[in-house]
Amino acid sequence: MRSDRNTAAPLGLKIAAGCGLLFMHLPILLIFLYAFTTEEKSYQFPPPGLTLKWFAVTWDRPDVWAALGLSVRVAAISTVIALVLGTLCAAAVSGSRFFGRETISLLVILPIALPGIITGIALRSAFSFAEIPFSFWTIILGHATFCVVVVYNNAVARFRRVSGSLVEASMDLGADGFQTFRYVILPNIGTALLAGGMLAFALSFDEVIVTTFTAGQQQTLPIWMLEELVRPRQRPVTNVVAMVVVLVTFLPILGAYYLTRDGDQVAGGGK
Amino acid sequence: MSALAERSILEGRAGPAGRLSDFFWRNPKILLLLMLTPPLLWLGVIYLGSLFALLLQSFFSIDDFSGLINYEFTLSTYRQLLIPSNFDIILRTVVMAALVTLASAAIAFPIAYYAARYARGKWKVVFYLGVMLPLWSSYLVKVYAWKLILAKEGIVTWALAKLHLLWLLDAWLSLPVVGGNSLSISYTGTFIVFIYVWMPFMILPIQAALERVPGNLIEASADLGGNPAQTFRHVIFPLALPGIIAGSIFTFSLTLGDYIIPQIIGSSRLFIGQAVYAQQGTAGNIPLAAAFTVVPIVIMGLYLWMAKRQGAFDAL
Repeated sequence: MRSDRNTAAPLGLKIAAGCGLLFMHLPILLIFLYAFTTEEKSYQFPPPGLTLKWFAVTWDRPDVWAALGLSVRVAAISTVIALVLGTLCAAAVSGSRFFGRETISLLVILPIALPGIITGIALRSAFSFAEIPFSFWTIILGHATFCVVVVYNNAVARFRRVSGSLVEASMDLGADGFQTFRYVILPNIGTALLAGGMLAFALSFDEVIVTTFTAGQQQTLPIWMLEELVRPRQRPVTNVVAMVVVLVTFLPILGAYYLTRDGDQVAGGGK
Repeated sequence: MSALAERSILEGRAGPAGRLSDFFWRNPKILLLLMLTPPLLWLGVIYLGSLFALLLQSFFSIDDFSGLINYEFTLSTYRQLLIPSNFDIILRTVVMAALVTLASAAIAFPIAYYAARYARGKWKVVFYLGVMLPLWSSYLVKVYAWKLILAKEGIVTWALAKLHLLWLLDAWLSLPVVGGNSLSISYTGTFIVFIYVWMPFMILPIQAALERVPGNLIEASADLGGNPAQTFRHVIFPLALPGIIAGSIFTFSLTLGDYIIPQIIGSSRLFIGQAVYAQQGTAGNIPLAAAFTVVPIVIMGLYLWMAKRQGAFDAL
């Protein structure tokens, strides 16, 4: 990469890269436009008129609020479980070498490497086999399982950079294990955990494939949207909800980026 | 001397917390065990347990008359996978996943190439966030956006009408296989949406692989008389290949298991994910659903094994 510092990119490459980025972003921007359309029966483009009416209509919809509330509660609890399990796993794997270490990494990654439908149907048949009724907690059981990997990845990357001699120095200075964890390890891995937690929250908040198998009658926000996609009844309300979901998921992503960016990745790092 | 030596070994810490801390320091294995037990219990029992239970069910069969599961070991459920209608589903899904992967690589490569080799400072951040935001934004919202775009009254039809190119769309839709009544109920539509949703997963691994290509290799190639095209063909591309393969693991696996995109945007012909969903839900045939899930597991197993031989995991 260094040799290209003074050469400009070929025009063809610029166009291809620019078109690629446009392809990724234009559909999302279109969602923002449709949230304001006055048309309620079809997906007509260009919109015949613009209005703010649907925001008020959506605000007064109890089913949307219920779905949003459930999604937030599920994501919050799954994130906490994933934070505990992921951090423990990362600490164990990076702190020492032992038999089966590679297997543990594979086990953590598996729920997200296999297609979601497999995780979903496996959990569903296990629940029916064990006669566990579908509930709030069965949704969380599924979500926490695949959220562990995000926390784990972030924590492992950070543990690798926290030097072992820091821990030894702390112990030499008389701190016990708990004090070392509280005053030395935690401040060092804190931002990585926060970033992992935010991504886990975003992942859980958006998850639909596993949820369709592990939820009974409850509707998380993605399930509500899926119903609307399969059988559109409330197009304008769906448009508004879609736009809000985009905005809500952008925040944790940006937050996680600012928490984990390295010195060499930020502006001026290309020197 | 001996007194000094004795004093250099600190006394045990006081209090239960201190004693516990000392105990863990002396017995790191026990601490390790305590740390690993909760995650292993969760993933090992809940996740692997369910997975094995599912795989086990694929060796049972369903009684054609009563509709109940017959708990006897049999391979007859797997034999059902080979009957033409089911085998078509598998073939269709694998071909779609392969095409989506190839097209994703073609679109992702220029973005990753520019980001890795030309973007500097502020632009580097723009490219990074420009990839991360669509990658992480809501799956359903992305699918929904394409429902708006591909609808008959939507933006594609409008734009083509303005350009007086509607005849082109009609000609494409009248083609066999890829065509259909409208874009949103054709394979073409399914294909576009698959690319849109899974392509971003391809960019970062390719970019990581390209960033690791040493600059002096490129200079050496130029010194030896290679023109830029030759350098790309013989130096850069082979070194980027592990990144492409690493990215293709995501696009291939995710397309293989998806059942929502073809259900919302696509023809009525099923993909593996939809078949699993239909078998376990309305048909109530859990053994066949389980056998269907084994197909992507086996295909991904082979794929990962090949990717590992190509060194793709170092590019992750």
